[in-house]
Amino acid sequence: MSAALLVAVLLEPGEALRLDARHWTGLLAAARGERLIGTLAAKLDGLDVPPDVAAILADARLDNLRERRQALWEVDRALAALAPLDCPVVLLKGSAFIAAGLLAGQGRAIGDLDILVPRERLDEVEAALLSAGWEWVKPDPYDDIYYRRWMHELPPLIHHDRDRMIDVHHTILPLTARPRPDAAAMIADAVPLEGGGAVLRIDDMLCHAAAHLLADGDMAGGLRNLWDIHCLILEHGEAPNFWLALDRRARQHGLTGPMRRAVRLSHRIFGTEAPAAWLKGAVFDALFEARLLTRNDWGLEERPFLRLAFYIRSHWLRMPPLMLARHLWTKWRKGYRPVGP
Amino acid sequence: MRHEIGLGIGPATFRIGSAWRAPLDALARLYAAYPPVDLSRRVPDFTVRLQPTRPWRRLIRPSIFIAGDHWLPEAAPMALEHGLLAAEMGMNLQMALGWRRHVLLHASSVERDGKAIIITGESGSGKSTLAAMLGERGWRLMGDEFALLDPVSGAVFPFPRLISLKNQAIDIATAGIASERLGPLMAATAKGDIRHLVPRADAIARMKEPATPALLLFPQYGPAADRRPVDPGEAFVRLTQASTNYVALGEAGFRALTRFVTQVPAVALDYPDSATVFAAIDDLWSRIG
Repeated sequence: MSAALLVAVLLEPGEALRLDARHWTGLLAAARGERLIGTLAAKLDGLDVPPDVAAILADARLDNLRERRQALWEVDRALAALAPLDCPVVLLKGSAFIAAGLLAGQGRAIGDLDILVPRERLDEVEAALLSAGWEWVKPDPYDDIYYRRWMHELPPLIHHDRDRMIDVHHTILPLTARPRPDAAAMIADAVPLEGGGAVLRIDDMLCHAAAHLLADGDMAGGLRNLWDIHCLILEHGEAPNFWLALDRRARQHGLTGPMRRAVRLSHRIFGTEAPAAWLKGAVFDALFEARLLTRNDWGLEERPFLRLAFYIRSHWLRMPPLMLARHLWTKWRKGYRPVGP
Repeated sequence: MRHEIGLGIGPATFRIGSAWRAPLDALARLYAAYPPVDLSRRVPDFTVRLQPTRPWRRLIRPSIFIAGDHWLPEAAPMALEHGLLAAEMGMNLQMALGWRRHVLLHASSVERDGKAIIITGESGSGKSTLAAMLGERGWRLMGDEFALLDPVSGAVFPFPRLISLKNQAIDIATAGIASERLGPLMAATAKGDIRHLVPRADAIARMKEPATPALLLFPQYGPAADRRPVDPGEAFVRLTQASTNYVALGEAGFRALTRFVTQVPAVALDYPDSATVFAAIDDLWSRIG
C-alpha cells in the first residue's frame, strides 16, 4: 500500500502536500525500505512540506550529496588503481548514472562500486586492486569457489581504509543463467567519460538494468531498479531509432524477454511511455507488479508466499535444476534461510 | 505491526512497532514522564520494528529481530523477556546510523550552570554509571549514551533516554532509588545483566535544553587513580572514533570536532572507585569555574 503511495509521489510530487502525518510516516518508511528515500527527497525539494518531514528530507538530501561525493571518489580510486593496466573499465549501475550525470542518478543510493572489465583481463584487475588496498570479504570457501566458477563477477572486494565495496564484473549475468549477453560488445561500444573510464551505451545500460531486475535475483529492492529503467527511458526514449536499437541490442544479448517485460512493468507502474508493440503480451505481469509493490507503511515487505515464489524463480533462472538442488542444500546446511524477517 | 508507541527523546522522535505487546508496555511505563508523541499528528524521525525472526516465532518460542529504517542484517535475535532492551537497541541503532542533525558522540553528559561535562570511553569505562550517579548528585543528566554536538552553535544537546546500567553497576547506581524509576532486571542478555533507570524529572523536563561543553573526560575504571591532560590532537582522534556519523557529516563534522577539541579541555581519569572519580571531577570543575 505504501509502495503504491511512494510511486504516486515520485511521479507527482505535488500529491504529497495532501498527505496527513500517518501517510507521510508510511511513505517515508516505504521509501527507506526501497532505498528510494534519496530520490524522494530530491523530488520533493522546494515543496512546502510539514516541518517534521522537511527535517527528515533535508537529512536525506545531505546524504545524497555525500553518496555522490563518495561514489565519485571510489570511481576515481578504482580508475587510479587500474590505470597502469591500460584496460577498459566500464562503470555500471548507480556509479555510472552519477558519473555520466544521468537523471537516474538523482538521489540514487549507491553502496558498492560496480565495474565491468574484459574477462581475459580479470586476473590482472584483481591483482591490481589487491595491491591497491582492496581485500576479500567472503570468508567462506564454498562461496569463493562458487563465485569464481559460476558468477559474472569476482567475489566482492572491500577497501581496508575506506570500507567501500567493489564488484568486478566480466559480464552482466551469472554464467549459469540461460541468456549469454555479449559482454565484449558492451565493452567495445561503451561511451568514454571525460574523467576516464566509461559507461555503457544507453541501450546496454537498459539491457543490464532489465537483466539485473528480471533475469537475476528475487526482485527484492526491485522498485528502485525499475525506477532506474523509467528514468533512463524518460531521458532517452525520444531519441530517433531508440526503440529499434534497444530491440536489436536486447536480441543480441539474448535479453528480449526481460527487456520487454521491464518496459511493460515500467509502463504499468510508472506510466513510462513506450511504443504499443512493446506493451503486448503482458502474461504474469500483474504478479511482477505485485512483487514490486509489497512494501507496507512500516517499511516491511508483505506477501511472504509471493516473495518466496520469486526467490525460487531467481534460482531457477540462475542455474539448472540439479545444480540448484545441490546449491540450496549446501546453503541450507550452512544455516541460510531464504525469506528474511 | 500489531502494536505501536510514539516516543520523543531530546530532539529525536520514534515510532516503535512490535509484534508483541509486552515490550511496548514496558516502554510506556518507563517513558510515562516524557512528552507524548502523537503519531496521528507528528511524523517521527525514525521507525523501529520489533518483529519475529521467522513468522511463527511470534507465538512459538518468541524471538525478536530488531529492524527499522536502519538495521543490521547480522543482528542477533533476542528473547521476548529482553524486549525492552531490544526496543532501546533499536532506537540507538536509528540514531547511530541515521541521525544527521548533530555530530553524534558515543558519550554520556551532565550539565550544571549551563555548562556540560562530556564523558566518553570504551564500553566498560563507566561512562553510563558515572552519568547516572552524577545525575543523582546535583547535576542534570543529559544522556548516558549519546551526546549531540551542534555543528552550528558548538553546543551539546541532550539525549536523555533511559539509562542502561550493566552488571555490577546496577547495584551501585540504583542504591536508594525508588522502584518506579527502575525497569525490570534483564539477566544474561548478550550485553550481560541490564537494568534501566528513568532519569530524574529535571533531566526529562529540560531535554531540549542545550549546554556549552566545558570539560571532556576519558574515564577508565579499574587501574589505580591517575589523571593526565589529553592534547587536542588525541582528543580529536578519539572523538572521531567515538562518533558514528562523523564521516557522514563530512566537512561540517570536521569543523564541529575541531572547534570542540580546541575549546574544551580534555582529561583522562583512571579511577578504582566512585569516591575517587567524584573527588577528581569536583576538583576539575572548580578550576573551570
